[in-house]
Amino acid sequence: MSFMSKPKVAHPDLPKNALGLTRRNYEGANSTLCAGCGHDSITAAIIEACWANAVEPRNLVKLSGIGCSSKTTAYFVAGAHGFNSVHGRMPSVATGANAANRQLLYLGVSGDGDTLSIGIGQFIHAIRRNLNMVYIIENNGVYGLTKGQFSASADVGSTAKKGEVNNQAPIDPVQLALTLGASFVARSFSGDKPQLVPLIQAAMHHKGFALIDVLSPCVTFNDHEGSTRSYQYSREHYDEAVHTDFVPPSADISVEYGPGEALPVTMHDGSRIVLRKIDKDYDPINRGNALARIRERLRENEYLTGLLHISTGQPEFHELNATPDVPLNELPYAVLNPGAAALSKVLARYR
Amino acid sequence: MSAATPNRINDFVIKIATVNGTGSASANGLLMKAVFRSGVPVVGKNYFPSNIQGMPTWYEIRVTRDGYRARSGTVDIMVALNAETYARDLQEVVSGGYFLYDSTWPRAALMKRDDITVLGVPFARLCNENFQGVRTRILMKNICYAGALAALCDIDLDVIRAMLAETYAKKPKLVDSNMLAIQLGYDYARANLPCPLPLRVEKMDATRGQIIIDGNTAAGLGCIYAGATVGAWYPITPSTSLMDAFKMFGDRLRVDPATGRKNYMMIQAEDELASIGMVIGANWNGARAFTATSGPGLSLMQEFLGLAYYTETPTVLFDVQRVGPSTGMPTRTQQADIRAAAYASHGDTRQVCIYPANPEECFQFALQAFDLAERLQTPVLVLSDIDIGMNDWMCPEFKWDENYVPDRGKVLDAEQLAGMEKFWRYYDHDNDGIPQRTIPGVSSRGAYFARGSGHNQYGGYTEDSRDYQLVLDRLRKKWLTAARLVPAAVIESAGQELGIVTVGSGDAPVREAIARLRSQGVHLDFMRVRGFPFGEEVERFLNEHKQNFIVEQNRDAQLRGLLTLETGVEKSRLRSILHYNGMPLAAGYVVAGVMSAVQDQARPAAQLVRP
Repeated sequence: MSFMSKPKVAHPDLPKNALGLTRRNYEGANSTLCAGCGHDSITAAIIEACWANAVEPRNLVKLSGIGCSSKTTAYFVAGAHGFNSVHGRMPSVATGANAANRQLLYLGVSGDGDTLSIGIGQFIHAIRRNLNMVYIIENNGVYGLTKGQFSASADVGSTAKKGEVNNQAPIDPVQLALTLGASFVARSFSGDKPQLVPLIQAAMHHKGFALIDVLSPCVTFNDHEGSTRSYQYSREHYDEAVHTDFVPPSADISVEYGPGEALPVTMHDGSRIVLRKIDKDYDPINRGNALARIRERLRENEYLTGLLHISTGQPEFHELNATPDVPLNELPYAVLNPGAAALSKVLARYR
Repeated sequence: MSAATPNRINDFVIKIATVNGTGSASANGLLMKAVFRSGVPVVGKNYFPSNIQGMPTWYEIRVTRDGYRARSGTVDIMVALNAETYARDLQEVVSGGYFLYDSTWPRAALMKRDDITVLGVPFARLCNENFQGVRTRILMKNICYAGALAALCDIDLDVIRAMLAETYAKKPKLVDSNMLAIQLGYDYARANLPCPLPLRVEKMDATRGQIIIDGNTAAGLGCIYAGATVGAWYPITPSTSLMDAFKMFGDRLRVDPATGRKNYMMIQAEDELASIGMVIGANWNGARAFTATSGPGLSLMQEFLGLAYYTETPTVLFDVQRVGPSTGMPTRTQQADIRAAAYASHGDTRQVCIYPANPEECFQFALQAFDLAERLQTPVLVLSDIDIGMNDWMCPEFKWDENYVPDRGKVLDAEQLAGMEKFWRYYDHDNDGIPQRTIPGVSSRGAYFARGSGHNQYGGYTEDSRDYQLVLDRLRKKWLTAARLVPAAVIESAGQELGIVTVGSGDAPVREAIARLRSQGVHLDFMRVRGFPFGEEVERFLNEHKQNFIVEQNRDAQLRGLLTLETGVEKSRLRSILHYNGMPLAAGYVVAGVMSAVQDQARPAAQLVRP
């Protein structure tokens, strides 16, 4: 949290990406979140991923709902348009925006309250449509802006700051997304940037709905002993099942990885991800096995992380709707207007 | 008026009572269009239940040589094919009228009126003898009564034959079977009944250049011509047929022949909250997008409509009004969303509304709604109703102006942005309250953060009182600009003391009432409001008339309420005539309302008239 504006001057030796932009070019307004908030680490990871992927800022669209997490879209890529909508309804705004222009990169940031309570209907329908977007849940198990109520993702037995114990079963967005047929499902931890950054990079290259559920402790209301979403508890109870490396389309990967545990997956645009199994019993390609293993480990109070499931080739929203490659918002009116002769013809049956 | 009045040629009402789900709609449409194709003006009204099969349904055809466009409110010929409603159908016929029933079964005990003529045709028996299969027999029974009516009312069989040939061009067998059913009814009536009745059709030349269409179809077509590319909605009666029309015309007029790709997208949302969210997202991203809904959907969309108002995002919404409150009567008509639409959402939100009166305005206003929404960067709510949206109206064929260019408003392109020192999203450059806007993907220089939270005129977040208020006051200024841009009220004034004011589907019955009142010596000036905020002409008209009758279709005088809130007119000048039973307004009701007020000047002016 800071009230000072950042200096605009950048050091000339800052590394530049393919567009000639430095990481500073992907920053946004100053965060107004609490010092040490997990969400700020995720913002940093998003900035890193955008820079590494050489995202053209104007081609990024940032979307969010309401809550601490939803504020963060103002804190990265100032050169991108953003829409901070209403509570729980970001997916519908994203759907409309995506309908209008299929060529842009849609990045939604939401929270566990925004996604799993008020917005769960829109969330699952966005998955059902296989909307081409990156959907990040900054999951802290608590309502921060209203000062500490449990959210729908709070674990049974987890305690609130004042000692109240949660006794309602949590909703796990990862399992939910897997059962709904989501084609890219990942979980990560805000404190694990080396894991999170390539996940975001990969999600941006995935065609279809890419979910990343990020455990992101709330330092003010949910970082105490007894909470299962504190920094300490999260660190102790998350296990990376699959590590993901992202390889841009132009890079040659053959030399970097030997056979065995590494599984390369080619994305629709020619980029690749390489999945390295940490948990040898884990299969990120088989949805049923992935789901079973995630459940099994959750029963042991362990969150499996990494790219938990990927399936490429599922038709996304626009393919399902047979729209043209040219964005609908770029079709000239001359193409959209059927004209006077067509009107007369259409009205013949009403004469 | 009774059926004994001498000249009833081309001036009578047929009402057909059937059971829904039996396929009577095509027979009714056939009859109505046969009258229309005979050159005689006609009005069709469908009173159907919120049900798929088995409940009573009625269709009313008004043959009107004078070209009136409202329902008449009386019935001259009742075709009673639903035993469940015999009793009430019988009561509805005017004295001297006719009651046609299926005489396959004896119903003598039910016919207890000496002042009407009861006519029997054994429709079921005729069809059972000539057709096979239960479904076919039921369907053909409907076509059969159309034949009997053709004989009774002297409708040209050649016209009917030509229409059947058009309808079933690809299924010639159906032309034969339908024509056989027509002929069965026709021949029986000619042989056994006093054909033709004095209530008959005589060819005219008064439908040239006209079409028969419903408002929802017209609005859906209007959206295609407006260049809309995204339609998102959640199914709800009676708006569904508007989206069906958009899809039908889209598939016909917007598919790239080379690729088969669709130059439009229709999204069936998970609910109305999502559909309006999608429309806002798509418009924000530079497409022309719209939704269609009805009362319950409008209630659900309130929060998002406030977001669109405050983020200044163009949005187009068609509200095909139905009877409320709550679920109400989904297939009956009302104008009871006027208030909810005008101030949709919390806070100081106010919404631009436009009110079409008929299908031709549904078509025009669809185009205008997008132009206004983009020009003003705000939601535009088009308030139609079931009467306009789902009934068949005769109206002048829509003409297309090839010079039409969509008004996309103050959208800055990359070049303009490159030439600017800085882009300020909510700054009033032009002193009309309308800021400049940018579309994502065009230029980083135009990037801004749309938010429903407090913001300053540059687009930044604020909790500063002055900065917040500057934006809110500019929105008020924009509202005043809107009053100059919405469709002006239709005014027909001859300096009378009394005025009559209506909105939307009140147009036709009020115009007819004015004509009838004139013959009774009561002269009224006319105004139909077409847009909200009200233009200055609205207040002027109200002030020019000592007494204004405000005719609308809701209980709470919602239009009158808006007029008292949003103009400086004294309340006592505005006197309500309210109709809200779910049936379309008929002129007789307006006439009675005006007459009772005129005859009873002693009553306080503000008292509501409820004849």
